[in-house]
Amino acid sequence: MSDFALWVIAPYLALTVFVVGHVWRWRTDQFGWTTRTTQVLESRLLRLGSPLFHLGAFMAIGGHVLGLLVPKSWTEAVGVSEHLYHLVAVTAGTIAGVMVVAGLGLLLARRFTNGRVRRTTTRMDKVLFTVLGAVIFFGMAETVGVNLFGGGYDYRETVAVWFRGIFYFQPEPDLMAGAPLVYQLHTLSAWVLIALWPFTRLVHVWSAPIAYLWRPYVVYRRRAPAPRSVAR
Amino acid sequence: MRVMAQMAMVMNLDKCIGCHTCSVTCKQTWTNRDGVEYVWFNNVETKPGIGYPKRYEDQDRWRGGWTLDRRGRLKLRAGGRIKRLVNLFANPDLPTLDDYYEPATYDYDTLISAPAQEHTPVARPKSMITGEDMAITWGANWEDDLGGAPQHAPSDPNMKDLADKVKMEFEQTFMFHLPRICEHCINPACVSACPSGAMYKREEDGIVLVDQDRCRGWRACVSSCPYKKVYVNHKTGKAEKCTFCFPRIEAGQPTVCGETCVGRLRYIGLVLYDADAVTEAASVPDPRDLLEAQKKVFLDPNDPRVVAAARAAGIHDDWIEAARMSPVYRLAIDYGVALPLHPEYRTMPMVWYIPPLSPVMDAVTGRGADPDDADEVFHAITDLRIPIEYLAELFTAGDTEVVAGVLMKLSAMRHHMRSRTIDGTPAAGVLDAVGMTAAEVEDMYRLLAIAKYEDRYVIPAAHKEDAAALEALADGCSLDGDGGPGMTGFHMEGNASGKRADGRVGLPLFVRKG
Repeated sequence: MSDFALWVIAPYLALTVFVVGHVWRWRTDQFGWTTRTTQVLESRLLRLGSPLFHLGAFMAIGGHVLGLLVPKSWTEAVGVSEHLYHLVAVTAGTIAGVMVVAGLGLLLARRFTNGRVRRTTTRMDKVLFTVLGAVIFFGMAETVGVNLFGGGYDYRETVAVWFRGIFYFQPEPDLMAGAPLVYQLHTLSAWVLIALWPFTRLVHVWSAPIAYLWRPYVVYRRRAPAPRSVAR
Repeated sequence: MRVMAQMAMVMNLDKCIGCHTCSVTCKQTWTNRDGVEYVWFNNVETKPGIGYPKRYEDQDRWRGGWTLDRRGRLKLRAGGRIKRLVNLFANPDLPTLDDYYEPATYDYDTLISAPAQEHTPVARPKSMITGEDMAITWGANWEDDLGGAPQHAPSDPNMKDLADKVKMEFEQTFMFHLPRICEHCINPACVSACPSGAMYKREEDGIVLVDQDRCRGWRACVSSCPYKKVYVNHKTGKAEKCTFCFPRIEAGQPTVCGETCVGRLRYIGLVLYDADAVTEAASVPDPRDLLEAQKKVFLDPNDPRVVAAARAAGIHDDWIEAARMSPVYRLAIDYGVALPLHPEYRTMPMVWYIPPLSPVMDAVTGRGADPDDADEVFHAITDLRIPIEYLAELFTAGDTEVVAGVLMKLSAMRHHMRSRTIDGTPAAGVLDAVGMTAAEVEDMYRLLAIAKYEDRYVIPAAHKEDAAALEALADGCSLDGDGGPGMTGFHMEGNASGKRADGRVGLPLFVRKG
């Protein structure tokens, strides 16, 4: 029963909060939807820590897409052996993990030692940093502790299958129940992060300004809509 | 030809006494809030000096404005679109608070709450950012009237080529004040650098604004503005900037800085320009051609073809009439005495300046020559107390001829008015030398010296019939939230009478003159 609660109810709960929370925040809090930049208060450490963290995070997200969403049969179909996959995943995962840990470490040290930045830190920021730190800690324990130095664990047979199952409404909680504890903890803390997401500064992720690449340089707006363009 | 109207300003530096009234009234109106303690939408700098923020004119460091790429096309100096996006995580060109200054207040409460003690209690300076004790070592006008200039002024970026010409000895030095607001550029680098598309230029009047709801705090605008007139609100994490007091402009009133200027040196008016010609004009290869190129973008509001095109573009007749009476157009084009600040940034700034003349006359008097003698006046212009090269660095990308021409016109005007008043018979030779008629010079004199309110500010009110958005303001707006630009504002009643919700009477917003 507790397996059902942890590996079926909790994910759907988190995803529901994630979706509904974002809709609510987007509709009510455009003014608060920001990166909450503090670079103007402190720039030296941020210029080191922020690119490290973000680049590492992109690599880690890419790794999760590859590891969780792409079925093992697909990679094998294109001739990627289990050994090769393992090698690439552990190498890239470790690099990404080290970057994220170093980056976040620098950013947190900056945030809590620099008085200017500390003063801008909200309670929700502290909750977020705690949960994010837990997710990263357990993730590093998997990649480095289990897969690099430990015996290794093929999460693509269990965790990934269960994860995909959530999205076509056939979750198999037994697959997670049998996974090592550190994988369970990583997964659970990740669901907490997902549920917190819409209420934190993480919403800035969805505002990644990709459209800047092709929009005209100077933006013009009418103070009031022109009469002829009303119908548009 | 695509006609657009631009609200623009000219400041007559001859008359600026550096009283900072503009800065203070602007501050009280717009930035007396948490998060923008260090922000001055209007500031007054003493030149020579490094300015606010420190050395903002050093574009090798801050990479503001535009440059030309190898093929001669306009490119943000901070880099192309991809580079800008890569730099989202940490902007390499962003000034920090220490480049502005750490805002401080004093612990006044100690003065009255300290217990009885041997020594008089003191009010210690406290950082408004951290609340900690601090030593105040810089401010927005720290160099006021050349304070500390012997140490700081030599690092003024405009002095790089004339260090040996500029004397810092008290008896020989020079100074003038430079009030600065957002330039509301025709080719704004901040708008072009904004990844979110939150910054925009208003089609109706060219005012450049930040949509507070769409700003995501990527801060590219702050570093790309070469004048450093976009700021980060460190409480809301959003960009804020000079609004050209658009609520007042829409009501036909001058900006707060203009309204309260005791020197009466600001002029506000419309300029019509050809939006299709902007890119080409901003891309001329030689920076010294940028002034003429920008002037060519401006359209003559008396030209029937321009009027027809303006009407076709939806510009109302009262606005075209206002463009005809615009003091900005008269000063920049008709008389040609106003110059843009740092045209070499290629942003086509729309706050222009009449370079200061007074120290010229002092220099002439100091040499024992007759300041009324026209030849002596014109000759002295190249031998000034304010080096003409310095003014040229500020206003003409280094072209001293243009600055000399402006100063000659101004001194010719003085000479003409002086001889007319004292002798009753002005000599024609002086005016011929600058190519102006007596009538023109006397009109310019009335505009510059008499400077009546209605001549300085020719501001057509916004057209309400196509501005349903104005109505929305009456119900408050999204910016009134905590930390927002409107948090200290009041909500107007529906009749726009200025009656506040708490029953007190504020200033009515919609006041029409005459």
